[in-house]
Amino acid sequence: MKPLPPITLSHPLDLISAVFTPWIAAGIALLIGFFASYLTALSWADLTFVLPATAFGNVIVALLSRFWLHESISPTRWAGIALITIGVGFVAQGPSRTETAIEKSLNSHAHPTEASEVHTR
Amino acid sequence: MILAQIASQAEQTSPSALMATAMIAAVVLSSTTGEVLTAAAMKSIGDLDDIRAHSGLKGAIRAVVTCPLFFAGVTFLALAFFALLFALNHLNLSLVAPASASLTLVTNAIAGKIFLKENVDRRRWTAAALVCIGVYLLAH
Repeated sequence: MKPLPPITLSHPLDLISAVFTPWIAAGIALLIGFFASYLTALSWADLTFVLPATAFGNVIVALLSRFWLHESISPTRWAGIALITIGVGFVAQGPSRTETAIEKSLNSHAHPTEASEVHTR
Repeated sequence: MILAQIASQAEQTSPSALMATAMIAAVVLSSTTGEVLTAAAMKSIGDLDDIRAHSGLKGAIRAVVTCPLFFAGVTFLALAFFALLFALNHLNLSLVAPASASLTLVTNAIAGKIFLKENVDRRRWTAAALVCIGVYLLAH
């Protein structure tokens, strides 16, 4: 990728042409994709489930910089990767959303054996 | 690149510990408020997959952009972004990035329990704490 020239406040229109640079345009498209997926996840799962789970993105970034950009990862950062992975594993074991009182009674009456599986997906 | 450029100006001045705490607190508070409002908006709208199956992608987009709570959430998320830029303008990236990223996870767990009435059990607390330390180590 060819680096962009520095953008200064005296030429703010340079920002607009920067948006149409292929790499930046691709980045913006992916960020829109991220936000749409994030909102969809929030529509059926708890915030306290989605946030730790999406933190796994940090691990992917670190691994991509290690194996694609050939950056070195210090032992401290490997420890961070391990902790995030374990944390995501913890939260993923549990249900993705809090059942309301109504849902709870509906589930226990209708499907007493499946109640625990209804909201894991 | 922009973040690094802004951060490079940080060494010129070093604000007091109190100011640094206030700047990071501003980032964490506005980001938590934004996340909670967005989550509340999405929960009030309902399962987007169902809405899309019923009234198509356009219907799903309309359901989101006609929700006032959603715009309140996005406003606070934008505010958090500018608060982050402001903090980076005065403090080092190696302090701001790990501190704000990891603290936000814990404040969101607390806010999710209080305001969204989510069932934050021991498993979720453990996950939030582990990811919080992990993000701190990774970003530091």
